[in-house]
Amino acid sequence: MMKTKSRIEGILAAGGFVVTSECGPPRGADPEVVRRKGELLRGSVDAINVTDNQTSVVRMSSTSACVILKEMGLEPILQMVCRDRNRIALQSDILGAAALGINNVVCLSGDHQKFGDHAAGKNVFDLDSIQLIGTVRLMREEGRFLGGDEMKVRPMLFIGAAENPFADPFEIRARRLGKKVKAGCEFIQTQCIYNLDRFERWMKEVVDLGLAESCGILAGVTPFKSVGMARYMKDKVPGMDVPDELIERMRGVPKEEQAAEGIRICVETIQRLREVPGVRGIHVMAIEWEEKVPEIVKAAGLLPRPA
Amino acid sequence: MRLNYPSNVKIVKVPCTGRVDVLLVLRAFETGVDGVFLAGCLEGECHYLKGNLRARKRVEYLRTLLEEVGLGGGRVEMYNMSAAQGQRFAEVAREMTGRIRELGPSPIRKSMIIDKGGNK
Amino acid sequence: MIVGDRKPLEELLGRISPYKKILLLGCNECVTVCAVGGEREVGVLAAELRLALGKDGKEIEIREQTLERQCDHEYIEQVRPFVDDYEAILSMACGAGVQYVAEKYNKPVIPAVNTTFLGVTNEQGYWTERCQGCGSCVLEETGGICPIARCAKSLLNGPCGGSSKGKCEIDRELDCAWQLIIDRLGALGLMDRYDEVISVKDWRTSREGGPRKRVREDLRL
Repeated sequence: MMKTKSRIEGILAAGGFVVTSECGPPRGADPEVVRRKGELLRGSVDAINVTDNQTSVVRMSSTSACVILKEMGLEPILQMVCRDRNRIALQSDILGAAALGINNVVCLSGDHQKFGDHAAGKNVFDLDSIQLIGTVRLMREEGRFLGGDEMKVRPMLFIGAAENPFADPFEIRARRLGKKVKAGCEFIQTQCIYNLDRFERWMKEVVDLGLAESCGILAGVTPFKSVGMARYMKDKVPGMDVPDELIERMRGVPKEEQAAEGIRICVETIQRLREVPGVRGIHVMAIEWEEKVPEIVKAAGLLPRPA
Repeated sequence: MRLNYPSNVKIVKVPCTGRVDVLLVLRAFETGVDGVFLAGCLEGECHYLKGNLRARKRVEYLRTLLEEVGLGGGRVEMYNMSAAQGQRFAEVAREMTGRIRELGPSPIRKSMIIDKGGNK
Repeated sequence: MIVGDRKPLEELLGRISPYKKILLLGCNECVTVCAVGGEREVGVLAAELRLALGKDGKEIEIREQTLERQCDHEYIEQVRPFVDDYEAILSMACGAGVQYVAEKYNKPVIPAVNTTFLGVTNEQGYWTERCQGCGSCVLEETGGICPIARCAKSLLNGPCGGSSKGKCEIDRELDCAWQLIIDRLGALGLMDRYDEVISVKDWRTSREGGPRKRVREDLRL
């Protein structure tokens, strides 16, 4: 039986393969930016993550951008980070999101503010991502707040989280996912996967721990726009594992063909990921390159999307 | 050996440059000296193992303090030489005197003269 | 111990500029151990101030005094006989000491130190943070390593996705607290503890509950 009206939950329950993507809200109050990105993704994905001040840079609120997508008839996934809000604000925003018709939430700790445009700010981290998962579950399943009081109308959100199979210590990464599932997590979107061998090792552990049955694992991919981007991801982004072969492959093609090569790598990655036992979907993070998502999804043989 | 070195260099004997405390040097500057150099044993040949290495670090720290107060970090220096290198000592004394002469007299002494005798 | 950093001389020169007679107060406790506000540092700061002002022909009278503690009434009383001879007090104690001195005397009290953290001496001249005084210790659950003080995000169920080769994403020099916790739990044969979800923390015992106090009725006079 379906717990929520989430399209992701519906597809997973029907045994289908989920495709999600993401939309970074603008650094300004222009709703057209969100609409344009939403339009680019329409028909190619089942649901769209809206990032929550990602990399600690101030942007339009995730909830507002979700509502804009919802008004377009798209299925938004609300990302929520613990960096900026305490338990009062988080629970309040969960209620608000549900009231506005948002069906999915992804619970995250959030990047440290050091990386953003307000490094001098004070962070909150009243809860961590696992505790936030538990909080949404408590509100939805038991109709209670963290403080213990009961609510009349529960927020019926399908609960997701992120996991980075490439972060250290590797030996606890699958167990950490286990903690998320135990707390109430129903789907996972992973960090961008480039090292497929390592991902497969992690995934085997996840399956062996029995986590893939109760939690839909959506494998994350990000196409390289250029060899420069590939190098940046390898060297500068914490917790990213980009094998040297991929850098070499990108470097091996002329500059003007690198974008196309990046897309090809991404499509091949998706094709291999679809064969990995336990993988229930793909999460395409085409950073400020949303227009390429339909092409990637089509080339990977994932169209048409279920109605 | 009867080596000559500038007569304005006043020697303060210590058992080891490791004995030289930051405060000791600051006090010297407070009394109006223009510069201080430490003549320690050769590195690796300290009788107390690390005295001269510690002294070097303190000289580095003193430099930051002297910069901070506005006297200039160049007024303090660390040199290493063995007890047998009298020639080297005389050379260093001349070198340091030359350097300090270029930096000019310590502004502390100038203001002490104006104050007729000190700031205590 | 409480660890701090000496404020830059320029800032202190600005703060004391209205005064000609200053009482410079050191403290013999934590700030002595972390070499920021003990007798030696009082001597160095006094010399620095005299040199910096003296080179411009300005005069200042500084009395150097280091108290046993600035967080205890009885020691602060020791300066009462002569405190009125000075226009201001420059305190090298932690923030607690500065405030306690300020409470006692009707004088401007200027902090000479930025109080930074509760920490340990890793080796001479090197100190790191260990505790945030949250008021409800979880160290037993985390292998003796505090995730609140030592994880940049204070995650109780870490590590986050930014842990890489044992280091924290915010600083490659900084150990990931959760890597340390996991290594330690492994070494103690307690890895099963990692699978327990640590539930939301009650921050009432921390600063979030307002300024704290502790009373031992049996000890009170």
